[in-house]
Amino acid sequence: MTEPTKQPPKQASLNPLSLKERMKLPHQHMPEQSPLERATNFTEVNLGYSEELARQEAQRCLECPKATCTIDCPVGVKVKEFVQLIVAGDFMGAAAKIREDNVLPAITGRVCPQEDHCEGGCLMGKKVAPLGIGYLERFVADYEQGHLDISKLPKAPPTGKKVAIVGSGPSGLTAAGDLVQQGHQVHVFEALHTPGGVLVYGIPEFRLPKQIIREQIDYMRAMGVEFETNVVVGRTVTINELLEEEGYDAVFIGTGAGAPQFMGIPGEHFNGVYSANEFLTRINLMHAYEFPKYDEPMVDFRGKNVAVIGGGNTALDAIRSARRLGAGKAFILYRRSEAEMPARIEEVKHAKQEGIEFQVLAAPLEFLDDGKGWLAGARCQRMELGEPDASGRRRPIPIEGSEYEIPLAVAVIAIGTTANPIVQTTTPGLATTKKGYIQADETTQKTSRKGVFAGGDIVTGAATVILAMGAGRRAAKSIHEYLTTSGEW
Amino acid sequence: MFKILHAEFLAPGIKRFVIEAPRIAHKQKPGQFVILRLYEQGERIPITIEHSDPERGTIRIVVQSAGKTTNLLNSLNAGDSILDVVGPLGKPSEIKEFGTVVVMGGGVGTAMAYPTAAALKQAGNRVISIVGARNKELVILEKELREVSDALMITTDDGTYADKGFVTDKLRQLIENGTRIDLVLAIGPIPMMRAVAEMTRKEHIRTIVSLNPIMIDGTGMCGGCRVLIDGKSEFACVDGPEFDAHRVDFAVLVQRNSMYRAAEQKSMEEFQRETDSQVKSVRTGQIGACALQGDGQ
Repeated sequence: MTEPTKQPPKQASLNPLSLKERMKLPHQHMPEQSPLERATNFTEVNLGYSEELARQEAQRCLECPKATCTIDCPVGVKVKEFVQLIVAGDFMGAAAKIREDNVLPAITGRVCPQEDHCEGGCLMGKKVAPLGIGYLERFVADYEQGHLDISKLPKAPPTGKKVAIVGSGPSGLTAAGDLVQQGHQVHVFEALHTPGGVLVYGIPEFRLPKQIIREQIDYMRAMGVEFETNVVVGRTVTINELLEEEGYDAVFIGTGAGAPQFMGIPGEHFNGVYSANEFLTRINLMHAYEFPKYDEPMVDFRGKNVAVIGGGNTALDAIRSARRLGAGKAFILYRRSEAEMPARIEEVKHAKQEGIEFQVLAAPLEFLDDGKGWLAGARCQRMELGEPDASGRRRPIPIEGSEYEIPLAVAVIAIGTTANPIVQTTTPGLATTKKGYIQADETTQKTSRKGVFAGGDIVTGAATVILAMGAGRRAAKSIHEYLTTSGEW
Repeated sequence: MFKILHAEFLAPGIKRFVIEAPRIAHKQKPGQFVILRLYEQGERIPITIEHSDPERGTIRIVVQSAGKTTNLLNSLNAGDSILDVVGPLGKPSEIKEFGTVVVMGGGVGTAMAYPTAAALKQAGNRVISIVGARNKELVILEKELREVSDALMITTDDGTYADKGFVTDKLRQLIENGTRIDLVLAIGPIPMMRAVAEMTRKEHIRTIVSLNPIMIDGTGMCGGCRVLIDGKSEFACVDGPEFDAHRVDFAVLVQRNSMYRAAEQKSMEEFQRETDSQVKSVRTGQIGACALQGDGQ
């Protein structure tokens, strides 16, 4: 990043408008499918900017001397620069500019919580709406996809070093993309049958179409990244074997926060109670919403009540999927208030437009069945907010005597994940935290094992796509350093 | 793609496959399984590995036709390929010297019990095997099991081969004869495993069963395969598939396995209506490929 200067580089700016004029430009809204229409299909909600909309929105950028957008971006996308290239109509130049720091722009442009990063500190946002950086990134990435010949991507001269990436989610893909551009041979192992990790099994089609992920993976293949699916590292092959027998010089572990958390309340085994991971995997990876065209089935709950317990993006993905599968009443059950919900603002807005109800300050105590093992309802309890807890959010406190029952056909538990232990327990000498996550340095992503790096949810616990990508980026830098120096640990 | 090198019916509806899968063959231990998917629109199903040959890089599985996927699989032959095979998954069987071990296989469960029986024999145990099948035609792996057993007993439900009755009848005889039994391993249909568990519970004989709940990823990620063990949820794919039979809630296993019965029947009916075209298209990796074009999936 360049040192901030005091004044915007007026002569260098590609934007003819004065700062005052820019402030007056209206924020360009994202065209989207109407709520009524989209609540019955799995097609993407957001339709994307046209070239015209993109240029209009891009003109709003104030080109701040101190670009908080870039500073607040976990992978450091040069926002100001790429936005100016949009203003100038050089969309391919803008795409190349983004790709200097972000190998998955079509994905982050869709699923990043921009309000927490680039758009959060945007000066425009203090007065009017912040610059639509996510929408612009998405526009540029989609434009690039339509205009780029990936067979002509430049390739770095080979270094002769081999890196294994364990897991093809956001952190692994980012590390792979950065490393292959340095000339290292990069091989990505994926446990499932399709690369993409949580992007494929976790995020629904209406928010991140599978086609977009495929295109990003194809792009990486064209850069030279190799993918091998159906390999569960720890079972099919171990980290030790990769280093000692298969000739890898370094390994990056980005296996994600794999294991679903249940609530430990009675009745969680009833038919119709799902973990969010299973519910979403059935829908996203296995296409259960297209049964019988696809073989994977889903419980038929058309017209019935569906509740998702939790308030994060995963919870919203699940309940909005349930709505599309024909749920009668679809609602979120969250133990704190809406202000404490970790979900992206846009998701909450979209969910409400689609008729999702939010029952906040309530939590289930027990699931009830129909006498035959099928979920029939839940006994819930109301909550009030107390003092902030360790997460900084106000703690929910049960209200005595507030218990009530609700009828339910399906309940999806989306209260978080825990560390999947497969890699940790099969890799001697790999230090883990008390909760089973892998210990890795926050800057270098180095683990306790020489040559082994880790990043993303398997280090931090469940977070976001962009934070995992940030870790992948730091790891790639550190791996490159390790491979091109004496390899000290 | 995983190439099928050899395929043969062991009995009507029960087929054995030799599949090229070098990584899995290299790592497999008795009791572990693979998850496979046949074609792009297919489901993922777990199948126990019957045998592996690390030198040739092959694994063997035995499959009984039950629903659409297993029927399609059993229509494949040498030269065909399976789109996805991942493994070995699950914890391996505990292999050590227990003393006298009774290995019980019901139906196709016999193929799953076989590798563990062989390993237990190798570990110095006295292995008494009891194999049960509905009729003579469905008795499988008799020769293989005999080779690794000190004694082999066979029952058929209809008495068309060996002794008429159930595997539990033989177990009861062993117990009544005062045979010292240190461990029972029972793999087969849920009612059979439950019956064995009830019988050995009273005798305080340690008993292991291999559970077969509905699974998707097989790595502990989705939790769909959770079973109730001593009232607590455990995942069959990573905590199992073998569990202490006396701690298993079989009623919940039956209940959870029934969750998609209606859908499974629908798929099966469709398969029966269009067997030929589905079998043909599974070989190309796509079922209903025309219908899929243009929807961006």
